[in-house]
Amino acid sequence: MPVKTLTIDGQLITSPRDQTVLDAARGHGIKIPTLCHLDGVSEVGACRLCLVEIAGSNKLVPSCLTQVAEGMNVTTNSPRLQDYRKMIVELLFAERNHVCSVCVANGHCELQELAVAVGMDHVRFEYQFPQLPVDVSHDQFGLDHNRCVMCTRCVRVCDEIEGAHTWDVSGRGHNARVITDLNQPWGDAESCTSCGKCVQACPTGALFRQGATVAEMQKDKEKLGSLMQAREKKQWVV
Amino acid sequence: MELTELHQIAEHERAQQKPVRIRCCAAAGCVSSGSLAVKQAFDRAIAEQGLSDRVQACSVGCLRLCCAGPLVQMDPSLELYEEVTPEQVPSLVASLLPAAAPPLSAPGASPGIPSAKRGDPQAPFFTRQMPIVLENSGIIEPERIESYIAAGGYRALHHAIREMSPAQVVECITRSGLRGRGGGGYPTGVKWSLVAKMPGQRKFIVCNADEGDPGAFMDRSVLESDPHRVLEGMAIAACAVGATQGYIYVRGEYPLAIHRLEVAIKQAKKLGLLGAGIFDSPLNFRIDLRIGAGAFVCGEETALIESIEGRRGMPQVRPPYPAEKGLWDCPTLINNVETFANIAPIINKGAEWFAGIGTAKSKGTKVFALAGKIRHTGLVEVPMGMTLNAIVEELGGGAPNGGTIKAVQTGGPSGGCIPASLLDTPVDYESLQALGSIMGSGGMIVMDQTTNMVEVAKFFMEFCMDESCGKCIPCRAGTVQMYRLLSRIVAGDASPAEVKQLEMLCDMVKHTSLCGLGQSAPNPVLSTLRYFRPEYDRALKNGRIALPLR
Repeated sequence: MPVKTLTIDGQLITSPRDQTVLDAARGHGIKIPTLCHLDGVSEVGACRLCLVEIAGSNKLVPSCLTQVAEGMNVTTNSPRLQDYRKMIVELLFAERNHVCSVCVANGHCELQELAVAVGMDHVRFEYQFPQLPVDVSHDQFGLDHNRCVMCTRCVRVCDEIEGAHTWDVSGRGHNARVITDLNQPWGDAESCTSCGKCVQACPTGALFRQGATVAEMQKDKEKLGSLMQAREKKQWVV
Repeated sequence: MELTELHQIAEHERAQQKPVRIRCCAAAGCVSSGSLAVKQAFDRAIAEQGLSDRVQACSVGCLRLCCAGPLVQMDPSLELYEEVTPEQVPSLVASLLPAAAPPLSAPGASPGIPSAKRGDPQAPFFTRQMPIVLENSGIIEPERIESYIAAGGYRALHHAIREMSPAQVVECITRSGLRGRGGGGYPTGVKWSLVAKMPGQRKFIVCNADEGDPGAFMDRSVLESDPHRVLEGMAIAACAVGATQGYIYVRGEYPLAIHRLEVAIKQAKKLGLLGAGIFDSPLNFRIDLRIGAGAFVCGEETALIESIEGRRGMPQVRPPYPAEKGLWDCPTLINNVETFANIAPIINKGAEWFAGIGTAKSKGTKVFALAGKIRHTGLVEVPMGMTLNAIVEELGGGAPNGGTIKAVQTGGPSGGCIPASLLDTPVDYESLQALGSIMGSGGMIVMDQTTNMVEVAKFFMEFCMDESCGKCIPCRAGTVQMYRLLSRIVAGDASPAEVKQLEMLCDMVKHTSLCGLGQSAPNPVLSTLRYFRPEYDRALKNGRIALPLR
């Protein structure tokens, strides 16, 4: 297999040539924080948490969308990158109402894990406390906009894996929201197959299975993984 | 269509023209101040005074001095009249009659109606301009293709198709040194050669006419005044890179420009200048319009592509660049309106001629829209390298009512404020960037001593916050926080620590945002912090922000 040789954080690495920097790093145990990335669906490069420095370029690049190249010298964790990541996570916490103590995903939340990983001890920015609705019109699932981080993983998983394209985004800027069908209540969305992949894909407690209470929701990350394996490698695991 | 037919149309058109032509500005600025009624009044007065054989009134494109509309210019005398009202028209027409024999029926200057205000076509505002992009603007009739052909139109397209190979066209544009006029300043020839080199039969040409910077109206004026010039530029590009389909992405807020483009495309198709077998060559090229729905971010090329494809207009990560994978993953050439408008003259007059204008690295001219606290609001086209001072003081006439100019904002929400002390800087891509601003698409907002620079920064930040698409976190959430901090500073509630936080956010948003909109959103704040720091400090010290010295 043709490979590329590159350096990530001082570590010499060989990686298949069609890999992204993110995959190459993870394959060698180098952690790069991500939020909008989800194995098996397309990349959008929106969360900006996986930005890395590449020697010889003054631009930061998203590692999830950058292909490895021969001789590339990547830094994933400089003080500057750490600063930026911390600010980005703080911005997310200030943007909507992320109150872990009343959240179904408490303890199993990627945003919470990120906050720990980037060393966030408090939020320096003013909390926006927007008034946001909760949609529990679906018989099995619920959508809480207060906890949504607009990673659009639900949008992509529904479109690309389930093929239903129930989810999309409406509005722009800080008024952007994930919506079902033509901005109808989820329960009225005819395209929804109730497969629950979006709930599995959601990094926070924004999409949840009804009936769970605080800290009770654990996502089955294996489920999406085995689906992906079945689709891409034609290997079915029972 | 053959070259001889083109010449016939031009000759026929010239033969039809009356010895005296009254050019009435029919671009959006003058239309909004009532120029259509003025044109009708001229038509009536000419008929009433029996001058139809010698005099004609025509609707032309922008006459540039937008603040004094409706504008009327006499051809060939070039007398200019400002703020013309329909009541003044009969006496204006009467003045065209030979003084010796005023017909009795001619209603002269009626009492009570002030005679039309004379403008000065010899003012520096006009004489220091160098019209290339705007050379036909205010002269030809934008809704008549014959008028454009009579002015030499579509000759360059014929030349490019019949006398040059595609590679020669690309090479000619490269040698001319033309750079993208949308703001980035990427060498146009390089972009063309990238698309030309890409394999594949399906390629696209896109004209970005989604001009959205506050205070910018250059592209609108070009489209309203000389739409065929843009079509010709696009067709030459199609011939050079091997594209068969073009789109003009024009913002929905420009109904007149859309109408004129529709008319122009229809006329060009009818004459075989667009469509199948242009000039009886194998070149097929059609152009369709796509109307923007009001999102500023759709001016960003990857978002524009998404929008044309019918999806939500959100920027995508580059690379791949549109030249490689653009519309429907095909190689796509995206240029701005003004860039395409420069193409035909370069082909006609040669790359050397164009490269002889401007500075070492920035060639040709640039159209600027002068707005804000300036006496002569309007459009100017000046050679690159002219100083900002010359533009605002000599052409623009300085600040009105005896004011002094404090700063000039270029590049819209992506640009910065340049203080009066640095206005001796020549206008070119690199110098403006060194000052923390950008050339941008050409909006130039002039501010006088009464302007509060922190409020300017707040205004632009609010714009960026509202126009952020919401895809990436730094821009979506960062602009909200920066706007809040600026509001607090303006209100006099902020602490020095909050200004520090603002600077920190600016740095983060600039370096981590996904697209140009986010990356440049902090520029107005950074440049005002750089040059007008005392205003921020005063706001902190005094609690309430102090009004600047009057």
